[in-house]
Amino acid sequence: MSGSAAIPDDAGHPVPDAHPGHHDIMPYDPVGARMGMWLFLLTELLLFGAMFIAFCMYYIQHGWRFSLGSQELSTAMGGANTLVLLTSSLTMALAIAAMQRRNTRLSQQLMNATIVCAVGFLVVKAFEWGGKFAHGLYPTSDHMAELSQGEQIFYSLYFVMTGFHALHVIIGGVLILWVKRRVTKGLVTTDRLVMMENVGLYWHLVDLVWIFLFPLFYLIG
Amino acid sequence: MSSADTAPALPKLSYLNEQKGLKSWLTTVDHKRIGIMYLVMILIFFVVAMLLGLAMRLELLHSGKQFMEGTTYNTVMTLHGVIMIFLFIIPGIPAVFGNFFLPIMIGANDVLFPRLNLASWYFYMAGAVLALISVALGGVDTGWTFYVPYSGATDANLLIPLLAAFLLGWSSILTGINFVATVHRLRTPSMGWFDMPLFVWGLYATAWIAIIATPVVGITLVLVLIERFMGIGIFDAAKGGDPILFQHLFWIYSHPAVYVMVLPAMGVVSEIIPVFSRKRIFGYKFIAISSLLIAGIGSLVWAHHMNTSGMANWGRVLFSFLTFLVSVPSAVKVFNWLATLYKGSIKVDPPLLFAFAFLFLFSIGGFTGLTHASLSTDIHIHDTSYVVAHFHYTMFGGVGTMFFGAMYFWFPKMFGRMYKRSTAFVGITLFFIGFNCLYIPLFLAGLNGMPRRYADYLPEYASYHAWSTVGSWILAAGILTMCVNLLQGVRKGKPAGPNPWGGSTLDCDVPSPPPTHQFEHVPEMTHGPYDYHHHTTEEVTA
Amino acid sequence: MDSTHSADSHHLIPYRAYVAVWLALVSLTGVTVGVSYLDLKHAAILVAVVIATVKCVLVILYFMHIRYERPVFTWILVTGFGSFGIFLLLTFADYFYR
Repeated sequence: MSGSAAIPDDAGHPVPDAHPGHHDIMPYDPVGARMGMWLFLLTELLLFGAMFIAFCMYYIQHGWRFSLGSQELSTAMGGANTLVLLTSSLTMALAIAAMQRRNTRLSQQLMNATIVCAVGFLVVKAFEWGGKFAHGLYPTSDHMAELSQGEQIFYSLYFVMTGFHALHVIIGGVLILWVKRRVTKGLVTTDRLVMMENVGLYWHLVDLVWIFLFPLFYLIG
Repeated sequence: MSSADTAPALPKLSYLNEQKGLKSWLTTVDHKRIGIMYLVMILIFFVVAMLLGLAMRLELLHSGKQFMEGTTYNTVMTLHGVIMIFLFIIPGIPAVFGNFFLPIMIGANDVLFPRLNLASWYFYMAGAVLALISVALGGVDTGWTFYVPYSGATDANLLIPLLAAFLLGWSSILTGINFVATVHRLRTPSMGWFDMPLFVWGLYATAWIAIIATPVVGITLVLVLIERFMGIGIFDAAKGGDPILFQHLFWIYSHPAVYVMVLPAMGVVSEIIPVFSRKRIFGYKFIAISSLLIAGIGSLVWAHHMNTSGMANWGRVLFSFLTFLVSVPSAVKVFNWLATLYKGSIKVDPPLLFAFAFLFLFSIGGFTGLTHASLSTDIHIHDTSYVVAHFHYTMFGGVGTMFFGAMYFWFPKMFGRMYKRSTAFVGITLFFIGFNCLYIPLFLAGLNGMPRRYADYLPEYASYHAWSTVGSWILAAGILTMCVNLLQGVRKGKPAGPNPWGGSTLDCDVPSPPPTHQFEHVPEMTHGPYDYHHHTTEEVTA
Repeated sequence: MDSTHSADSHHLIPYRAYVAVWLALVSLTGVTVGVSYLDLKHAAILVAVVIATVKCVLVILYFMHIRYERPVFTWILVTGFGSFGIFLLLTFADYFYR
């Protein structure tokens, strides 16, 4: 509670800008900006949500064949990636906490750590996908065509959903790099932090999606 | 800024002329200018799609082939649907009038994210351009619904139209985010939630649907693309998929989308009726809440589009029940509007006639919707021209009518000038007669078994189609009259003054057309949006 | 920080609070992996989803600061997740009885 007075401009209701000529610049409204970000995150949620709905319905239809597919996935790799992403979420949250305490140096280091985690996640993912490809487990392969329909749809969903998730990891990583540059340039400061908070929110969303992807794909075997 | 000026003059400077040149328009972040840019594009697309519709009607004038092959007809039909749905009706009222009036009505100088607002327009344009490119490449023949498995198998180029739909979806999502955040953050401090004009309530509910439901269809269309171009099976039954799941995911958005279209239209009706009956709106809170209820319940009824697709019986019963339920809040609104008119001091001006047309046409659309809600009748009329007529009564008769109603209501505020009253009456009359003449025969033909989406028909349907085609000409004449009247009004109409209709919302306090920066000071709510008693008699009759 | 949904959301949350949340998340990950080795048949997916939901709530409340935001943010989230839940349930109504 102690430092809550540090950001006074966060509290008030924004009033319409009374300076003609500055029409394009609305007043700094961090609450509004975060609200906009959350609304955007809802769209991301529903975007993945539609794919989760597909997963659930196909699970009902194919049941134990999904388990067969799940047994082929490496719990070790998936688990490792879960830890990596959880840790990256921690470092990102800490990076923002450090900025709130005006500790720019620490914040930048923590953002570096987050980016390292993001890259690490993608590397593990690449090995994982590579392994599947090496075993002929990829869409349109001859081996896939021989599997049961349940396994085929399981792997299709696996590639599509983890693929979309990986895309979000990449976007999130780039956003963190970008916001770090802005911190370095002094464009994001303790008193104008909302841009960084929003990037943080995005990164946590990436984590959230993975929290569901991991058990659904790797642990139902 | 009193509204009693006897001879109003146009303000020298307004948002229209404070900056000049095409570039100042294309880079503007002013919500009013963005609204006008949407208006121009949307009207152009509307006219294009209307001409396509006229061509279809002309082909159907007699049975047998007139001038279109079956495949051409399919392409024209798809194009008519795609343009009307994605480029006209969905963005229509929110993008044009929402952008222009939402900030003014809540006492703000702009939306919360003005640059994002401009970005939405460019998303819209990118989607529109892609849609047109897809036409140049030979068009699509899937209908606007892009159903699998056909959309996975057709030879037509689907990449571009699906991308177009995806971009247009993002345009409406971004506008939705902007509107919700704006309503939450930028209401003038003295305006509580239940002091907001009902049009704003309608837009708010709409924006929520856009945010929640659009991503579902967005990703679904992308999944179809992935399936087509990368061979990954998602909906392909041969690879373990389920084509009916596509229909679920498609309608999870596309049914609420009709409420995206109709809620703002209802909002406009709620603005027009009290102004012209000089009476406070009846049951303000019920109308406001019913907007949210329609958005909420309307999101639960999607599967009634799939009654003949092979869904489980229990599912169909459940969705049938929910579909009946959604008619309740819609009816609440209609009763409230009628109660507002009752013992009001009604002044018949063109906007009110549009509202009447809406009440009539939309009620027919609503009642014929109930026959779809009840399972047994729906099986009989599913995929017949009855559905086409029902859809056009709700969407065109409801939303399309109120798009023009909003035009005729707010045109003086947007351009500062007035159109010709007598010509407006002629236009509306032609519109109304033509509309009913066009679509009532389709109801009858559908009840007798005329399937939808067919380029040809058996001779026994000839008279229905002949009437219908004649109706399309009368309707087109009406729309032409309405548009020409407005275009003439823009150039040489009489100055309208700040409050030509004697309204009571905040937009009536700013000049017509408003300056770029409409509120120099934070506006105070001295009276509710529908309190007319503070006007003097002269103001009212002016 | 008992139920103080004050107007400004910038409570300075101690670093160790974040670390504690992280520890909880890691242990829950351990639990969900451990449980997966029990033979729970179709209940396995339910257990997995329940644990994932708990983790999800932790991330949202603490890492994403919802606990310290205004109540309206919670309502926004409830609307989003609630709609998703309803979409899911109603689609079940078809697939479950087919």
